[in-house]
Amino acid sequence: MHKLIDLQHITKAFDQNIVLDDMSLYIRENEFLTLLGPSGCGKTTTLRIIGGFESPDKGQVIFDGTDITSRPPNRRPLNTVFQKYALFPHMNIGENIAFGLRIKNKSRAYIRDKINYALKLVNLDGYEKRMPDSLSGGQQQRIAIARAIVNEPRVLLLDEPLGALDLKLRQDMQYELIRLKNELGITFIYVTHDQEEALTMSDTIVVMNQGYIQQIGTPERIYNEPENAFVADFIGDSNIIGGIMIRDELVEILGTRFPCVDTGFGQNRPVDVVIRPEDVELTSPQQGILQGIVSHVIFKGVHYEMEVMASGFEWLVQSTKMFSVGTQVGLYVEPFNIQIMNKPTSEDEEAIGVNE
Amino acid sequence: MNKKSLAFPYILWAGAFIVIPLCMVFYYGMTDKTGAFTLSNIITIATAEHAKALVLSIELSLASTAICFFLAYPLAMILTDMHVSTHSFVVLIFILPMWMNFLLRTLAWQTLLEKTGVINSILQLIHLPGLDIINTPGAIILGMVYNFLPFMVLPIYNALSKIDTNVINAARDLGANGMQTFFRIIFPLSLPGIISGITMVFIPALTTFVISTLLGGSKILLIGNVIEQEFTQTGNWHLGSGLSIVLMIFILINMVAEAVFDREGEGTRL
Repeated sequence: MHKLIDLQHITKAFDQNIVLDDMSLYIRENEFLTLLGPSGCGKTTTLRIIGGFESPDKGQVIFDGTDITSRPPNRRPLNTVFQKYALFPHMNIGENIAFGLRIKNKSRAYIRDKINYALKLVNLDGYEKRMPDSLSGGQQQRIAIARAIVNEPRVLLLDEPLGALDLKLRQDMQYELIRLKNELGITFIYVTHDQEEALTMSDTIVVMNQGYIQQIGTPERIYNEPENAFVADFIGDSNIIGGIMIRDELVEILGTRFPCVDTGFGQNRPVDVVIRPEDVELTSPQQGILQGIVSHVIFKGVHYEMEVMASGFEWLVQSTKMFSVGTQVGLYVEPFNIQIMNKPTSEDEEAIGVNE
Repeated sequence: MNKKSLAFPYILWAGAFIVIPLCMVFYYGMTDKTGAFTLSNIITIATAEHAKALVLSIELSLASTAICFFLAYPLAMILTDMHVSTHSFVVLIFILPMWMNFLLRTLAWQTLLEKTGVINSILQLIHLPGLDIINTPGAIILGMVYNFLPFMVLPIYNALSKIDTNVINAARDLGANGMQTFFRIIFPLSLPGIISGITMVFIPALTTFVISTLLGGSKILLIGNVIEQEFTQTGNWHLGSGLSIVLMIFILINMVAEAVFDREGEGTRL
């Protein structure tokens, strides 16, 4: 397997504040990799270290076998799309796109072709004479992408590029980015705090918290099999409940035993249990493993979101079928929808990286 | 209450102390002692003595504007890169002299530069030949630069600190080295600040008569001194006003030129 970018033992602190602690991560050629996490988790710093805008205190950045740790940004074979577009306000769109090519002394004809090609690619044909401030946010963002890709980088770094756009436009741009990625056939490294964005676009998601990698995996794996409570909580809604692993394939939650599919946790060990709200099935009281009373109902469009009080725990349940407040219901969970995770033994460990 | 009526005190002020005096300058400038219309006051600028003063004024103002610019730009760049806490301290040190009276500052330079002044006394003490600075064009330029430098630094610093660091990062990211980033991004984006800095230094330098009187002695006459003399010594208001109009025309030309240049700088070419 070819590692295009290999981050080795990266440590970075600002003043006394450690942002990244001995982080290692590799990115494969042609991968759409997303760094996902809450603000302050170190995802943007990681991207800036790859782009060359920050230098790590310790560790190396290896690009295709070459150590580029101390190379300035202008000598790295990658380009960045910045959060707030960062178009050159004194240049028109054509000049913005041509910037990198003019630095490299490309011919006029080559530059003209590239501008046309890039504008077509981002669906903004004929905008080359416009000034950046006459464009909408979404259009400016697409120009920022066009400006980066005309340089034919092997890797495109995107720092929350959709953060400033409204919801509808953000969703359109997500599909646009996937299409671009497929057309260009290059590696994308994407930074976001939006879990939905990450799940939609990525080949690989890296979940980060407090400078540590929490989990690396495909979107399906991250969502269905979170490795710890942080990942489970950050990606989507979930019911996280303390439980005891009685033995393989049997877990006790809130005093009730649930069959599950996980093995290898030992016997009578305290664990965290994650059950996604859409995996909790509401039945008649007799058919459920647990019995409870519906305490809240909210209509969410696609489904109803209900809170059900059962065995002293407020369960979050999503269902297309509505049960009104006060209804006696049974709760049932399929064994393979119960996700068992090791319990962190201390507050500190919660933030400590899990190894691949 | 109508907001417009709040502007009334200022309108009164502007009328009494800006519009009416300006009209009087134009009236005096275009009439002779009998009150008849004439352009002779304005044409007087063509006489050798007056033209020399105007040319010297322009030369010295341009020189001090240029010196201010080359001192101010690097300083403004350093300030922009500084941490907020340190830069406000440096800015304070920088504008501190501005809190002192302008005349006092210029008089201080006179005392420093005089033949028997502070600098020459020190030089004499360590047995070095004295300097002959006072009453030279150089002394006037020194006084102009010292007095007007903050007016160049502040607008440039303002323009520079408004540049989004990500725009600079983007230029680096697209392959530009430090020099290319400066000349293609930072410098063009700071042009509005440079333009207003130049205006704010060039115009007071062109019209000054205090600096040239105190540091230039009686030998060097700038256009400001000529006009001052017409009003205070010769008592010829007509000629003084006529020369003032000429000076105003030069300032207007300067401002129009800068406005045109500024528009070009905004980059509509491809």
